Amino acid sequence: MRISSFLALASLAVLAGCGSSATWGWYVIDPTTAAGWTNIKFLISGMGDTILISVIAAVISIVLGLLVALPGLSEKRGWRIVNRVYVELIRAIPLLPMLFWVFYGLPIIFRSMGLNVPIDPFWGAIITLALSDSAFTAEIYRAGIQSIAKGQREAAQTVGLSYAQTMRYVILPQAIRRILPPLANQFIYIVKMSAFASVIGMQELTRRANELVVTEYRPLEIYTLLILEYLILVLLISAGVRWLERRMGSDERS
Amino acid sequence: MAASAIELRGVNKWYDTFHVLKDIDLTVASGEKVVICGPSGSGKSTVVRCINKLEPHDTGIIRVFGQEITNDPRSYSAMQGDLGMVFQQFNLFPHLSVLENLTLGPTKALGLNRKEAEERARRYLERVRIPDQADKRPSQLSGGQQQRVAIARALCMEPKVLLFDEPTSALDPEMIAEVLDVMITLAQDGMTMVVVTHEMGFARKVADKMVFMDGGEIVEQGPPDHFFTTPKSERCKTFLSQILQH
Ligand SMILES: Nc1ncnc2c1ncn2[C@@H]1O[C@H](COP(=O)(O)OP(=O)(O)OP(=O)(O)O)[C@@H](O)[C@H]1O
Ligand SMILES: [Mg+2]
Repeated sequence: MRISSFLALASLAVLAGCGSSATWGWYVIDPTTAAGWTNIKFLISGMGDTILISVIAAVISIVLGLLVALPGLSEKRGWRIVNRVYVELIRAIPLLPMLFWVFYGLPIIFRSMGLNVPIDPFWGAIITLALSDSAFTAEIYRAGIQSIAKGQREAAQTVGLSYAQTMRYVILPQAIRRILPPLANQFIYIVKMSAFASVIGMQELTRRANELVVTEYRPLEIYTLLILEYLILVLLISAGVRWLERRMGSDERS
Repeated sequence: MAASAIELRGVNKWYDTFHVLKDIDLTVASGEKVVICGPSGSGKSTVVRCINKLEPHDTGIIRVFGQEITNDPRSYSAMQGDLGMVFQQFNLFPHLSVLENLTLGPTKALGLNRKEAEERARRYLERVRIPDQADKRPSQLSGGQQQRVAIARALCMEPKVLLFDEPTSALDPEMIAEVLDVMITLAQDGMTMVVVTHEMGFARKVADKMVFMDGGEIVEQGPPDHFFTTPKSERCKTFLSQILQH
């Protein structure tokens, strides 16, 4: 990861070197000028919403994914079918149509049921991201839990643990090491996909960039900064996950 | 006479079309030690796993202390405290310390507080002769020690019957004796035991009843002196001659 971030920064430096030619207009995001600095601040101000949407969506997806995964592990065929239908269906729906469905479609459905549930762009984006991601987290949980030997569940049962206690104290603590890295990947997926929230008016990173492009006519430079912003977020997540993994690894050895 | 500890009447089980248990009749009285043996694939594990409901059975009746165990979870949650289980592969919880392995069931299922559960755990660790390993992880122990921890874990639930499924067959030869010694002590203290094993020395020493299974049936059962000296069926004779050669 450290090498890749170095490469990314190096290629940006090369691009900046080309800035002397007439086709570049880095002045729009030049922090040494007042106008450029104002633009940068405007762009970065979307960071808060991007992070907030992503974190809340990820938390919901992590809970929802577990709830969807559990029936997939059942002995009963009916429960497994519920899991399969959910995963296959949700996984197949592209994010943009799903976003429209949640944001414009759900309120209509609620209204036809006599309920008045307004969905604002903030929650519309979160619900969509969490829903879309939950199909993937469900599969991650299922694989992680299945990788724990059957004997563990049986041993837990013979010392009287209930299903929920078995999951909580025996299965999940062991599965978490295999679940965490792919879950982190999914979090990165959510952060990037949160750009779609711009379509329904969330003032997050991508929306800010689009708005500035409209007034400045400098898409290449502005989107380059946008890439950099997402890159920083993703690298921070990666670092956080590695820290967590190391901590759990040392737990194991003690 | 009090109800028997375990009673199987005409128990049948199928895996799809494969008839794995055929009309199993078996009674285990309180305090009795029953040893089950037989060739690989004969259904020994399946009998034990049906008794403690790790597997459902299809027809027939299984009673534990007089109470019928059906495949309805409510019927067996009541008996779960009565039956302890020791597995061939130990199945200790690798992410927990030895002490935590022993206190998990008592604290979560029996409602003991931490202090009571730890006292109990240390008492049983003493009983299986590894009092000084409480804070290690299972992976830091030898196979024989792990299996003794597994026995202690079962004992911590204070069951009335202990079921063993080939408790020594995953062990290196030099560790078998230490596990058998613990089991013999338990037997002498009056524990009711059902043991699947090929350790015939152990069987001779503790068994009140020998059960020989083959092809999903109980071919022969009876007191060990008859069983070892004058087995009735050919299959049993062959099996015994093979196993006693070693
Ligand atoms: N889940 C299962 N699905 C299908 N067949 C099974 C299953 N479990 C066991 N069997 C089959 O049932 C038969 C009895 O198995 P069981 O484990 O009870 O035998 P066993 O007497 O314990 O043998 P071993 O000495 O090898 O442990 C075997 O032929 C086995 O292949
Ligand atoms: Mg077996």
